[in-house]
Amino acid sequence: MSTVESTATDNPELDLPSTPKKTSSVDTKKIVSDGLWNNNAVLVQVLGLCPLLAVSGSIVNSLALGLATMFVITTSNIAVSMIRNYTTDTVRLPVFVMIIASFTTCIEFLMNAFTYELYLVLGIFIPLIVTNCAVLGRADAFASKNGVFASALDGLMTGLGFTLVIVALGTIREVLGQATLFDNMHLLFGDIAQNWTIHIVDDYKGFLFAILPPGAFVIMGFLLALKNIVDKKLKERATALADKPVSGSRRVRTTGNIS
Amino acid sequence: MILGSISKNSVIMGLFAIATTGLIVFTQINTADQIEAAKRKALEAALKEVVPANLFDNNLLDSTVDVAASKQLGNKDSRVAYIAKKDGIPTAAIFQTTAPEGYGGSINLLIGINADGDVTGVRVVPPHFETPGLGDKIELAKSDWIKSFDNKNLASPNTAGWKVKKDGGEFDAFTGATITPRAIVDGVHKSLLYFNEQQLALFGTQTSSTFSSQGSQP
Repeated sequence: MSTVESTATDNPELDLPSTPKKTSSVDTKKIVSDGLWNNNAVLVQVLGLCPLLAVSGSIVNSLALGLATMFVITTSNIAVSMIRNYTTDTVRLPVFVMIIASFTTCIEFLMNAFTYELYLVLGIFIPLIVTNCAVLGRADAFASKNGVFASALDGLMTGLGFTLVIVALGTIREVLGQATLFDNMHLLFGDIAQNWTIHIVDDYKGFLFAILPPGAFVIMGFLLALKNIVDKKLKERATALADKPVSGSRRVRTTGNIS
Repeated sequence: MILGSISKNSVIMGLFAIATTGLIVFTQINTADQIEAAKRKALEAALKEVVPANLFDNNLLDSTVDVAASKQLGNKDSRVAYIAKKDGIPTAAIFQTTAPEGYGGSINLLIGINADGDVTGVRVVPPHFETPGLGDKIELAKSDWIKSFDNKNLASPNTAGWKVKKDGGEFDAFTGATITPRAIVDGVHKSLLYFNEQQLALFGTQTSSTFSSQGSQP
């Protein structure tokens, strides 16, 4: 019997899909896996699509908006968590929106000051972070019920999950649309990034569909499908692995009975 | 009872409003200088794009002339034009022009015109709202098209030539996007007309001590 238990717990794959056994208030591992994968703001909740589709034309734009969103989610989560006991139900949401809006305005000022050209390129989509449902969603669903550390981590991971998807989308669109990688990265990283551009195909005519928002929508669909396929494969592997130890243990027991 | 909860909620809202506004004010005050510097830097870089370096030795940002609202430049309120000078003599003017009839709305342009009335350079001022992949070839990053205005003036091509090829003029249009180049060709042409009319006023008032060394050109 003991061998069965050890094989089950030693296998990390099993922890992923199964319901969490720990019921402690701060389940760090679950927060991380939820934010990045299991409950990803874009791939699972399908939130914040407007900026996602509009901005993800290139890696630098995607990364900038992703980082800005991550900053807003994290800071607003921390703030909301800190004040969660000092609001009433009636004014809870307006107060959250005020907090989110003020942090968004701050990041807008900061981007205006330090990445001026990028600020011009992203334009209206920086203030529109306020309307990204993922931000208010995390504030209301998580930060208003959990401690500061857990909320900060949750914000960071949700933001990171958003950033990873939008950068993936940006990478695919940039490669398909103009056959480059890391074009214009100096807008974000300054002069050291001046030569980061990689031209994959010389004299590429451009693929208009990938540059336009409909292309973003279709590629987004493929990413969603890919996520589901990976999840299915993971589940199959997990059930396969879960079956094995059981059958193995029976054999052990059978031999035990004989001897 | 109800009044009590209303006043409590109002106080909470008020306190948070003050706190969040305070945060914004703090950020704004601390980034104001940096933002101003970034704007100046970007503007200066943009101005240097449209006028060749050998035409001026002054600080373009500080050498401005107010330009009243005019249909030709497409501005509804007063703007500044930048005057490039070499050894104190005006050599070129840079206009901020608005071409109102772009596909996605107005397109803001910077146009440099030298004392002979030749275009020294045109650049689109971001942000513009032309279609990505089609109309955005007006950006230098996407295409060299915007350079096709260099060295053009009112005499070459003539008035009929200041149109896109599709309309019988001599400027290329892009496949799938005619409206955008049409708007810009029109905008540049009108700026040249404006400069032609206003050259003395622009260069004369700027430098009271020096004379305008250029004869009036067509």
